[in-house]
Amino acid sequence: MKTYMPSKFIVERDSARCIQCQVCVNQCSFDVNYYDAADGEVRSREQNCVACHRCVVFCPTDALTIKNNPLDYRENYNWRPEIIEDIIKQAETGGVLLTGMGNDKGQRIYWDHLLLNASQVTNPSIDPLREPMELVTYLGRKPDKVELERGTLKLKTKLAPQVKLEVPVMFAAMSYGAVSLNVHESLARAATASGTLWNTGEGGLHTNLYKYGNNTIVQVASGRFGVHSEYLNAGRIVEIKIGQGAKPGIGGHLPGEKVSAEVALTRMIPRGTDALSPFPHHDIYSIEDLVQLIYALKEATNYTKPISVKIAAVHNSAAIASGMVRAGADIIALDGIRGSTGAAPKVIRDNVGIPIELALAAVDTRLRQEGIRNQASVIISGGIRNSGDVAKAIALGADAVYIGTAALMALGCTCCQQCHTGKCAWGICTSDLALTKRINPEIGARRLTNLLRGWSIEIKDILGGMGINALESLRGNRLALRGVGLTDTELEILGVKMAGS
Amino acid sequence: MVQSAIKQKNNDPAVRIDAEGLLTRELNLKLREVVSNGAQKIEIRNVYGQRYIGTDLDKPVEIEIFGTPGNDLGAFMDGPRIIIRGNAQDGCGNTMNSGEIVIHGHAGDITGLSARGGKIFVRDGVGYRVGIHMKEYGDQKPVLVVGHTAQDFLGEYMAGGILILLGLNLKEGEKHRASYIGTGMHGGVIYLRGDVDDFQLGKEVGIAELDGGDYVNLELFVGEFADHFGYDAKGILKHKFIKLFPLYLRPYGRLYAY
Repeated sequence: MKTYMPSKFIVERDSARCIQCQVCVNQCSFDVNYYDAADGEVRSREQNCVACHRCVVFCPTDALTIKNNPLDYRENYNWRPEIIEDIIKQAETGGVLLTGMGNDKGQRIYWDHLLLNASQVTNPSIDPLREPMELVTYLGRKPDKVELERGTLKLKTKLAPQVKLEVPVMFAAMSYGAVSLNVHESLARAATASGTLWNTGEGGLHTNLYKYGNNTIVQVASGRFGVHSEYLNAGRIVEIKIGQGAKPGIGGHLPGEKVSAEVALTRMIPRGTDALSPFPHHDIYSIEDLVQLIYALKEATNYTKPISVKIAAVHNSAAIASGMVRAGADIIALDGIRGSTGAAPKVIRDNVGIPIELALAAVDTRLRQEGIRNQASVIISGGIRNSGDVAKAIALGADAVYIGTAALMALGCTCCQQCHTGKCAWGICTSDLALTKRINPEIGARRLTNLLRGWSIEIKDILGGMGINALESLRGNRLALRGVGLTDTELEILGVKMAGS
Repeated sequence: MVQSAIKQKNNDPAVRIDAEGLLTRELNLKLREVVSNGAQKIEIRNVYGQRYIGTDLDKPVEIEIFGTPGNDLGAFMDGPRIIIRGNAQDGCGNTMNSGEIVIHGHAGDITGLSARGGKIFVRDGVGYRVGIHMKEYGDQKPVLVVGHTAQDFLGEYMAGGILILLGLNLKEGEKHRASYIGTGMHGGVIYLRGDVDDFQLGKEVGIAELDGGDYVNLELFVGEFADHFGYDAKGILKHKFIKLFPLYLRPYGRLYAY
């Protein structure tokens, strides 16, 4: 069938600069650039271009640029080009529209409407370059009260397992299979170097990476891929994945193209099959069942590790979170509508779930009202872009955040949204061995460590500017926030005042 | 008791634990202690619904249970052999890695969910959603043999392993009752002694006659089943079996528009 899809992008090659070296041909994994031997010239099949910029970055003479195809449709607010093109794709395939990365639609980003406070005159700000500044965070269940031994002042209360983070930013769950082993290793090394944690996602842990276990969150999801007692005991935290912000309520199909021999071994499924994650955990149909799995995992790890439960932010997250805490979860992870994915049906990604800012505020408020906020740490994810977002999240009530997309961008990702194709030209979201070697774990780890270092310094600047010297003083302190351009209802749910008041 | 466990040798009598009045956590702590002290045979009496028995054990000990163990018996288990003189409840052998569970009675829902290895023998029937997403790789292959029959969603999303339903409680000509058998199946094999109607099968499942390799499997595992529960394996194997297998490696490969 002839496709009616126009090219999305134009590849412009400056012939004065191009030296016909074919680097762009070798770098492109989407079959765009090719060498026309008859004419002795490099050309482009522009209909395949996804604007990942791999060729642009690697062109030694800067001869390439990618532009949006300026092809105009007749203006129509309702029938926008994306909508027309989605219909064309489905008319030509009869399938569910699949996409990668997070929601790219214009739902309000509340971080951009929240502003942080600073000290002026009435209390001094603190210069973090000359005074100590504390970002340490402990994840895990906190007791209702602590008792000290008389005289020695030693802690008498027996604490539940706690995990120390040097920086309140962890790497979000991205499974082996969705991303490559080199990406996993980059994340693991960077987490170890930065005193934080990375998360295996649901595809198990490659044996080469067990040595990073102390900085690893091991995930247990509905497909139970790679879950066994050695795996559970290798991690620092065990996370039950119920839902994901990019696809709340549904399971996942890792495309067979990405199920290589090593991925098949780690997941224990046939090579080349789609790795199917069922919609629900078939042993969790209720809060009571969640209790059962949480305690099965606690038993399996002899009560030495906090158990996290991750859900997608949905309409009744606050009530669910309350149930999760009462079910025994030591950590609650909330993933908002802008959370990313290696593959999700577009209709789910773009239409299901709620923004993380609102879910966080609602959950934190609810747990405080019920007097159980201390019983679980709250981690949020789904669109954290920079240290400003992190600081605002902490002020809204989060204990720590997960970053996924931002971490991949540190490794080269340009958010071209082709993760589901398995052709990632940056070698991130693929298991094609020719591509995965484009990520060097040592360089990858350095890039990620640099990112966290930069954010840490910025967060310290933010704290210093407020005149506080510990992240703990900002946590859940919504007086440090003011809203702009928000309705009364939005301000009420966020629990912040309008700027100026 | 701990002392006796240290001295115990293979032929010595089992270490006995009385579970009467013990909470789940207390019983499992005791078990862990006994096993780490070197016990190889353990007998637990008066078990009334305590959960997760054998969950965190990774040694090839033998545990005999008298009573009714609770949910998630042997979840994530890696090595032990558990014999239950009674019924098992839900989640028995959940995500089990290796070892063996022999149930002299029936088992509940999600028996063998996501099992990655080991063997489970159930003398009587099992509940709903049994054997969902069992997996295998290389030599590691879980086996579940059920004497009677199962309820709906048997072997859904199955990615590996062997599931055998003997239907010993069915009258001549009576069919198995489960529906949605093997929906989304993309690996492994299900053997049914007795018959099913087409509508009872998931769309991704095919029916085939057995070949030589299948009979090798059946003789081995039905033989073990018969040994455990005092049946005549030859008599069981005389009856007609059918084999259910995944039609596609990628059952949902054509679901998407790229």
